[in-house]
Amino acid sequence: MTALSAAFTVLSYCAAGVFFGGLLFQLWGYATTPSPLKIPVTPHPTTAAGVVKKNIIALATFGSLFKGNRWTWIGGYAFHVILIFVFVRHLRLFINPVPPLLAEIQPVALLGAMLLPLPLIYLWVRRKAVDRYDYISSPADHFALALLLLIGLTGLALKFVAHSDVVRIKEFLLGLVMLSPVEIPAHPVFLCHFSLVLILAIFFPFSKLLHAGGVFFTPTRVQVDNPRESRHINPWGN
Amino acid sequence: MAKTDFEIPKLEHPVKIPAIMEGASSHLSIHPANEQMKTKLGFPEKRVDNWQETAIAKLGELKDKYRSLKIFLDVCVKCGSCADKCHYFLGTGDPNNMPVARQELMRKVYRKNFTIGGKLFGSLARAEDLTEEVLKEWVTYFHQCSQCRRCSVFCPFGIDTAEITMAAREIMDSIGVGHKYSLEIIGKVHDTGNNLGIPKPALTSTLEFLEEDVKETTGADVKFPLDVEGAEVLMVVPSADFFSSPHVDSLVGYAKVFHAAGVSFTFSSHASEFANFGMFVGNYAQMQKIAGRIVQAAHDLKVKRIVVGECGHAWRVAYSFWNTLVGPFDFLDQAHPAPQHICEFTNGLIKRGALKLDKSANDEFTVTFHDSCNVARASRMGDTPGGQFEIPREILKATCNKYVEMPEEVNRERTFCCGGGGGLLTDELMELRVKGAAPKAAALKEMMDEKGVNVMAMICAICKAQFTKVLPYYDIPMETVGGVHQFVSNAIQLGDK
Repeated sequence: MTALSAAFTVLSYCAAGVFFGGLLFQLWGYATTPSPLKIPVTPHPTTAAGVVKKNIIALATFGSLFKGNRWTWIGGYAFHVILIFVFVRHLRLFINPVPPLLAEIQPVALLGAMLLPLPLIYLWVRRKAVDRYDYISSPADHFALALLLLIGLTGLALKFVAHSDVVRIKEFLLGLVMLSPVEIPAHPVFLCHFSLVLILAIFFPFSKLLHAGGVFFTPTRVQVDNPRESRHINPWGN
Repeated sequence: MAKTDFEIPKLEHPVKIPAIMEGASSHLSIHPANEQMKTKLGFPEKRVDNWQETAIAKLGELKDKYRSLKIFLDVCVKCGSCADKCHYFLGTGDPNNMPVARQELMRKVYRKNFTIGGKLFGSLARAEDLTEEVLKEWVTYFHQCSQCRRCSVFCPFGIDTAEITMAAREIMDSIGVGHKYSLEIIGKVHDTGNNLGIPKPALTSTLEFLEEDVKETTGADVKFPLDVEGAEVLMVVPSADFFSSPHVDSLVGYAKVFHAAGVSFTFSSHASEFANFGMFVGNYAQMQKIAGRIVQAAHDLKVKRIVVGECGHAWRVAYSFWNTLVGPFDFLDQAHPAPQHICEFTNGLIKRGALKLDKSANDEFTVTFHDSCNVARASRMGDTPGGQFEIPREILKATCNKYVEMPEEVNRERTFCCGGGGGLLTDELMELRVKGAAPKAAALKEMMDEKGVNVMAMICAICKAQFTKVLPYYDIPMETVGGVHQFVSNAIQLGDK
């Protein structure tokens, strides 16, 4: 194995370890930290089923953001929907053989995934242009946008500009997943794209990107509004 | 208009989002608590020597005790959805009053001390030590949040700035930096049973006066009993209901409802206060202790039910927290919710046709309703979500011929704070209170000009006190402020007349 392949193999496993380990650590922390009091933001469902339904709708629509600011919602919602397309587009690289349905929807997935840079650029411009958003933005916020945008642009370049050998890329990725690493394709754009993804994986659990997991634990949204009907116990109370 | 040394905002509805003006409200600061107030509640009498370490340790303790705090410090993506939702930002333009920026005041200290990114990258990650300068920001801006939760309605993750403000105040108290207003009041509630510091003899004579007054005006023997053992209901009200206007008109309304319903009730001198400022300062133990007085009174007086008066944050504590803090309420009559809000009690009677109401008694009024934040966004009434909106409105519609709804963007869950909640109803913050009231006052003004509204009813003692004080700054008469039960009081027909 070349030194390049060895380095990337090691880095890949490290990044994966940090990503899954970090995510598990953080979410475990949320799950095990007590909620001493009932604090749902009302009006809120009075049954567990109602809460689940409300949160599914919230996840599917980003309704609170829609209420809050439609212009931000358009960008944020579009970005997250496109992420689904990106996911579908990449799934084929990790599954062998590719199931027929997954193969069939690839053209549609590509069409969606191609749009990834647009909401990112839009959100970034918005972040700079509106005085309130500019004020609250930190280097970390710009870094997250830059990273995602670069990943998107290098990904698109692999498809449309500096065409790469997708079969070899798939062999490399499957090798990683199956724990029998093979040589990494030494395609400069792919190496960039892949490196950026590794950085994202390491950044993710320790950054605001953690919202993707934290949202499932937010007491204001996931508690049931039934404090009179059912006594909520504070584990550290007396 | 009252004389001021600051500019009164021009009322515009819908409210305009101001351009940010750094430091616009940095001069508005609180009066610090004195040594006696602090030691009384078990806080250090003056700022402790190792205050930075102590504060960081307290932050670490709180984030491990409150899942809300831990998650809220991590997951904000700074989308800005909340940025223009705070009445204090809209009124002052100070960027630190944007909820996300207020949260960042704590987050930057959290990052520096508790996150990998903050430890590694420092200012690039916006991580900062708790310096003298940062502490000053905390003292200032965590006392420019009324814990109204409006921001959380618009947050994709339900981040509630109130949770962060409460934690900040708890941390500040723990190092000996507290707010005079809230700590003084908590001291009084322990000493006298109520926030105003009213001794029992004064309470007794007030209630006697009210009995005579109602007898004179209605001819009915409406009772205002105090410490009567064996009464069916313990009635707990914000103490302002005994002495302040327009609060007292609603107190008379409660008593008339009990009289008409034939349900015996009593006030308690041990727990003559419903308010619970323990919540405002984020102190669990105080909140529990203050709530405990009421349960004690219920036991002592051997009542079967607890009904509570028109108070916003106290209803949150009672509805959402009491069962956890001082429950279970299995010693009370299980046929009724415990605690029960007076609006639930009254509306139940109205729906059963048990009250005779003459709506024409309120014909001089065109009434609208102001949703108080803690009722709207932190509680419920009745059995269904949103009952906290419908029940008071049903009462108003049953007692008044002319009822008008507030505009949607300032109504129900989107209501704006009066500007005086969360422990900020104090004179040194008058400029903040006036400016923070602007968004709701603007909507009211429009209703007055266009729909002929002349009264805004509400069910919160702080809202009532705040609006009677600040609306005159906007040339809106203080008489525009009313309680829901004052309209019940006007309309109710007592049999013995």
